[in-house]
Amino acid sequence: MNDTLMADNIVEQAAAWRAAGRRVALATVVATWGSSPRPVGSQMAVDDRGSMAGSVSGGCIEGAVAHEATKTMEDGESRLLSFGITNEMAWEVGLACGGQVQVYVEAVE
Amino acid sequence: MKRDILDRLLAAKAAAIPAALVTDLNSGLQTLVYEDAVHGGFGLEPDLLDEVRRRIRQDRSGLLVDPQDEDGFRLFVHVHNPAMRLLIVGAVHIAQALAPVAALTGYDVTVIDPRGAFATEARFPGVKLNHLWPDEALAELKPDVRTAVVTLTHDPKLDDPALIAALRSPAFYVGALGSKRTHALRLDRLRDEGLSEAEVKRIRGPVGLSIGAVTPAEIAISIMGQITCVRRGENHPC
Repeated sequence: MNDTLMADNIVEQAAAWRAAGRRVALATVVATWGSSPRPVGSQMAVDDRGSMAGSVSGGCIEGAVAHEATKTMEDGESRLLSFGITNEMAWEVGLACGGQVQVYVEAVE
Repeated sequence: MKRDILDRLLAAKAAAIPAALVTDLNSGLQTLVYEDAVHGGFGLEPDLLDEVRRRIRQDRSGLLVDPQDEDGFRLFVHVHNPAMRLLIVGAVHIAQALAPVAALTGYDVTVIDPRGAFATEARFPGVKLNHLWPDEALAELKPDVRTAVVTLTHDPKLDDPALIAALRSPAFYVGALGSKRTHALRLDRLRDEGLSEAEVKRIRGPVGLSIGAVTPAEIAISIMGQITCVRRGENHPC
């Protein structure tokens, strides 16, 4: 059985990658409006090899979040990302899921 | 996330201790809040601390508005509670399907059956097994508001004591396998045991959503669907 399906163990996955010497960023849904597919608290871990675990939407914004996560791995800076139809920063990839979502991306030290 | 915070969060999760990771979205600083302690990068005013602990009890992650802060949203509270639990009474064929479905849904599963031939590692690989009588097992496992209890044995000697214990606990879901006729007889027995009408009405019986389930796996899905509906589906019939 795929452990990352079992809700709420993405932090563990991030820690395991970090322990293996990889750079890791953790993305967390901090707010949603409308019909967002994943609830607040949903997480995705990304490492510097492009591995991903978990999700922050129904697959609409994971690619964009992973891209921002790479920047966070490089500069160590946290990022607060907003996705959605009405947002000026709207990403084309984000529109298919509907709703709005804010994602906080942080480096795992 | 600082190493120290990460290690403490992982330790809390491994020990099944409720905790909330509070992140200041402006500064990136983080503080861990437990029911009885606080550890981390910044302090919280007593009223904010109370609110964070309320969120832990409500299992509700989200932004926290600091009334002192005119910029609005500033703190993010991420609640990390121990897994929900499912106690299955009866190490029967349906339990062999229900245990993995529940585990996949994120539940911490225990199968209870004093009959040694049923509750075996071979039949339930990797599943927690409890060989006490169901009433003793429930006294030990103490169902709480994050626990569901399902009886599957069809044997009143095993099911009834489990149901009585479950109905007198705060368990959020109590279900019993059996036909409508079996269930009516069961309710009569439980009333005779002194349970109130309100108590026996808490039992979901016949257990599971009505989806025409036939096989053990299908019945497991109908039960897990109903448990999910009771937990999440405020405005859905379950």
